[in-house]
Amino acid sequence: MKARAGEWIALYTISVLVALVLSGVLVEVSGGDWWPVLEALVDGSVRGPQRWGQTLGIAAPMLLVGLGTIVSSRAGLVNIGQEGQLLFGTAVAVYFGFRIGGPGPLNVLVLLAFGALGGAVWAGIAGVLRTHRGVPEVLTTLLMVTVAGQVVAYGLKKQSLLLAPAASRGNRNQVSEQLAADNRLPVLRVFGNEIPSATFLAVILAILVAFAMGRTVWGVRLHMLGRNPRIARRVGVSEQKYGLAALLVGGAFAGLAGAVMLTGGGFQFSNYRLVPGFSAGIGWTGLLVALVAREKVLAAVGAAFVFAALRNGSGFVNSTGVESRITEVVQGFLVLALLIPPAVMFLRDRRRSRAASAAGV
Amino acid sequence: MGDFASVVWDIFTSEATYTIGALFAALLLFGAAGELVAERAGTINISVEGMLLAGAFGGAVGFDLTDSVAVGVLFGIGGGMAVASVQAEMSHRLAADQFVVGLTLNILVLGLVGFLDHELAPVAHKAAAWRVPLFADLPLVGEALFGQPWPFYLVYLCVPVTWWLLFRTRWGLEVRSSGEDPRSADLSGIDVNKRRRQSIYLTGLMSGLGGAFLLFAQVGVFDDGMVGGRGFIAIAAVIFGGWTLKGTIAGSVLFASALSFRLSLQAQGYEGINSELLQALPFLLTIAGMAIFAKRVRPPAALARPFIRGLK
Repeated sequence: MKARAGEWIALYTISVLVALVLSGVLVEVSGGDWWPVLEALVDGSVRGPQRWGQTLGIAAPMLLVGLGTIVSSRAGLVNIGQEGQLLFGTAVAVYFGFRIGGPGPLNVLVLLAFGALGGAVWAGIAGVLRTHRGVPEVLTTLLMVTVAGQVVAYGLKKQSLLLAPAASRGNRNQVSEQLAADNRLPVLRVFGNEIPSATFLAVILAILVAFAMGRTVWGVRLHMLGRNPRIARRVGVSEQKYGLAALLVGGAFAGLAGAVMLTGGGFQFSNYRLVPGFSAGIGWTGLLVALVAREKVLAAVGAAFVFAALRNGSGFVNSTGVESRITEVVQGFLVLALLIPPAVMFLRDRRRSRAASAAGV
Repeated sequence: MGDFASVVWDIFTSEATYTIGALFAALLLFGAAGELVAERAGTINISVEGMLLAGAFGGAVGFDLTDSVAVGVLFGIGGGMAVASVQAEMSHRLAADQFVVGLTLNILVLGLVGFLDHELAPVAHKAAAWRVPLFADLPLVGEALFGQPWPFYLVYLCVPVTWWLLFRTRWGLEVRSSGEDPRSADLSGIDVNKRRRQSIYLTGLMSGLGGAFLLFAQVGVFDDGMVGGRGFIAIAAVIFGGWTLKGTIAGSVLFASALSFRLSLQAQGYEGINSELLQALPFLLTIAGMAIFAKRVRPPAALARPFIRGLK
């Protein structure tokens, strides 16, 4: 691995360059200029006033979703329903948060806890179906995304569930009540930027996950389960127990991400309310964060920042006369590009070891 | 409840219900027939959503350039195949994870057509209806099955062709063995990954066709939300159908009925059954079906497992 660091770097550089050049060509072909678009992206994500704080705020839920995904894929489970788990978790948080309504700062914790719980429940359905009925979790988690959307849409029509009383939603239908000012996550001011405390929460949890995966028995067992279920069974790592736990953790992180968007997201998300389409693709993007990071927490932190920067920067791109959705294209190209080097290296290793074993013994 | 019965009666006796239902079912079948082949070869091809959308956009571009629906349909196929090429080459030549590739493609295609739609703004409109004489005059279902714009009739071609390819040709046998037991298939000289790639290209072809059908036979104007998750419903139909063609058709028709029933209820102004439940129904039925029949209905044994020679 070390000896071929050069090959890795070369492959990654080439693929990322190809992705960026392709995006640039697309802009040029459709009549724009790539340089102003790039400048707008940098201005909109880090250079402009207040922008990097916002980018960090967007990165926080993406990273949280990504962390949960890393835990479940460690155990060899493919959870692709984070978007639904996030949405359902938020709905559970809203439902209980407004009913319990304890003193402000305490209620923030209640909201976060119920968010995580809701996400875990939604993922748990897929988990139980897997462990008890052998239904592949890939399919159930994916199918449950739409179901979550419909459940929340239904809840937002009923005042007994999520819908705000008529007085506090103006003419808008299908929105929940807005969180009171003392029910929101605090914001820290650093160098004229407002950094949501959710970002710190996400970083702390990232360290915890890295520790749990690399330095605890639990993490090693998950890894064993993911790499070789047969050996895991031999040494007594129960797939029922650990597989289900990994999926629950994955869902809990997604639900927590939703609660963080609700309590600390501000205007970047839906301004402290639950609305239809609240999840806004953060679940999908968080999944992509984990996928390009390939189970490495540090890489996930970097990926979350890049994707958040693209999302936040896209707001500035329209002013250059280029449609801002170019950032979605850049993100898609980047992800595909990042998938290529590991796949190429894997195949190359296989070929080499086969050639070596054929020639040697 | 008397009110509800009369509403249901109205729905079942109105031609519009069947027309909408047939259009929905056709879209699902275009996606699901190809998806069935891909899954029998061992790929859960979740980029079918992106393929449908790329097909619809390709159709709009083709029509905008030439004013011809036929060219539009060909461009639609091209769009679906383009998505398929990335999915196929990355997941079965490079052995990148098929879900990752599929998911990324769905997001990428959505962004890409959104971007290009804004920049190119292709204009399309619905194709004129072709009425099949005599058959189109059948009561209730005549219009629905025989009075549609011509791209609709391609579905009558796609489904039998899928059956023939998958169950009556050597190629189909090789595809199915690639999905059941890739190592034995490999030993007997079948290029497993090639068959898998080909089956994804077939999915791209049919889904591209489906996207173009959606544009020319149902909607008429391109919009990046026009597929709206129905690619996922097509996947659900394949699973619901237990990976058989009959089951897939049954699933598509059942899910299409639920969707059109919901629209008809809304058109009648009836609020008694909530539309969210009906929209979630295809997914709930599929999950329930998988849970109940998990022991009896078996997916292709190597479904979602990449094949690399010498590795289990």
